[in-house]
Amino acid sequence: MRISMDLELKDVPGQMLLALQPLSECRANLITVVHHHQKRTPRNTMPVQLVLETKPENLELLKARLEANGVRVVRVGEHRFRESISVVLIGHVIHTGIQDTINRIDKTGFAEVVDLSLSMPGIEMPSSALIKIDAVGKEEIQQALAILKDVSAKKDLLMVLPIGIQA
Amino acid sequence: MKTICTSIIGFGAIGQGVAEVLLSKKEYLESLDLDVRVIAVVDSRGATIDPAGVDLAACLTRKRETGTVALEKISGLEVIKTLDHELVIETTPTNIETGGAGLLNMMAAFETGKDVVTSNKGPLTLKYRELQKAAKASGSKFRFEATVGGSMPVINLVNEVLAGNEVRSIKGILNGTCNYILSRMLEEKASYTDILAESMELGIAETDPSYDVEGIDTACKLVILANALFGLEATYKDVEVTGITKITPDALEMARENGYVIKLIGEVSRERLLVAPRLVPINHPLAVGGTLNVASVETELAGEITVTGKGAGPIETASAVLSDLISIYREC
Ligand SMILES: NC(=O)c1ccc[n+]([C@@H]2O[C@H](COP(=O)([O-])OP(=O)(O)OC[C@H]3O[C@@H](n4cnc5c(N)ncnc54)[C@H](OP(=O)(O)O)[C@@H]3O)[C@@H](O)[C@H]2O)c1
Repeated sequence: MRISMDLELKDVPGQMLLALQPLSECRANLITVVHHHQKRTPRNTMPVQLVLETKPENLELLKARLEANGVRVVRVGEHRFRESISVVLIGHVIHTGIQDTINRIDKTGFAEVVDLSLSMPGIEMPSSALIKIDAVGKEEIQQALAILKDVSAKKDLLMVLPIGIQA
Repeated sequence: MKTICTSIIGFGAIGQGVAEVLLSKKEYLESLDLDVRVIAVVDSRGATIDPAGVDLAACLTRKRETGTVALEKISGLEVIKTLDHELVIETTPTNIETGGAGLLNMMAAFETGKDVVTSNKGPLTLKYRELQKAAKASGSKFRFEATVGGSMPVINLVNEVLAGNEVRSIKGILNGTCNYILSRMLEEKASYTDILAESMELGIAETDPSYDVEGIDTACKLVILANALFGLEATYKDVEVTGITKITPDALEMARENGYVIKLIGEVSRERLLVAPRLVPINHPLAVGGTLNVASVETELAGEITVTGKGAGPIETASAVLSDLISIYREC
């Protein structure tokens, strides 16, 4: 199960370690950490957001360990992908290292390539791909598209977007 | 009965279509108290002139049989400058680099106080403001519904039928050739090159198709819409343009398997002018096939309104010319 967690850390050195240690102890897989260095809560703590993959039965233990380390767990929620988009790419999709692009999107934690169809008519012929991306929200879809746009521009791919969507 | 003396400058597919429609609608026009009298018909080789009204049926036959209507060696520009009439129907070829004869004809018409109805995009894409200014200075009427979407009413729809609504955006398929090519590529699972060849054979694509398939034609139409309906001062350079030449049958097929068709969509709003191939959901109002054109107008009060129709063809385009003509002279 994919979980997103909002934490608050004390504004003293070494706190991040205290927040991350319990994850490995509870066999949770960390996907992203968003750490706002500049931001402070009204309680003068630092907000941190985690996205992680864990078994549901380990969740309570994880929370307890975090609290024991002095890390405040403000919110825990299932990390659900609410938005979805399909994009067609045309050109030398394979030579461009499509796997690399997919990894870049998946690594964001807020967006994921959930489907990829590829067609390669011949060595020298342009291939075509349809990529389906899920993300937690509209803004995150845009960020995933920005990654695709960047790759498309560099590798001279034609990116065909759904009507109404701007990249 | 009000007599409107008019010239037809350019007697190709559209000019001839206009002549046919004026003949077949003679009685209807009379029922509106309009007697449309064509005093000159001009092609590239010269003109037929008769201040009492030229015989349009004879012009059509002569053009068909001899390749020209010319009985006198006089140019369109001279006709406009020297003959007394009220309306110039301008249907010479589109030239988006210089504006061509059309630009000179329209300017001359305004300078001599004549109204203009046209299907020619070139001058409007290049010199929209100048033309409007010249028309205003002489109190001339200037109508150009046929330049965007052929028979499909977009400009008059927004300016008249939807008057009072703020228009937020217009999106659509404004080029029938591209729509035909993409529709056929999907049906036949055939390559762009093969279907382009077929389209040329059928006369749907021009011998130099780049103007259509590179998205230039669609971009020009967006420029006209931006200027006429959004009050912008846009030119071709303001449009981001991607054509359809890179689209593959595989991409079309994959899109279809996922519930989409790929269409060359032009979209205009105050923020952006963009021509690009787009994924359009199969059930979306913009997902029309064949050579059809379609436009979806997003308005402030009326919501989204979509019109579709034939974007080309002599009679279809002449229908837009006719409605412009009627709306000018019926209203005053
Ligand atoms: N075809 C369509 O479905 C369609 C739809 C919408 C808008 N339009 C626009 O409507 C216009 C006319 O299209 P079309 O298909 O009728 O083109 P066309 O068949 O090529 O006809 C152009 C006509 O203009 C004449 N001409 C050329 N230069 C001239 C000049 N300097 N003075 C007077 N006449 C001149 C030509 O003479 P000759 O006959 O002697 O060559 C011909 O009769 C174009 O601007 C086009 O973009 C066309």
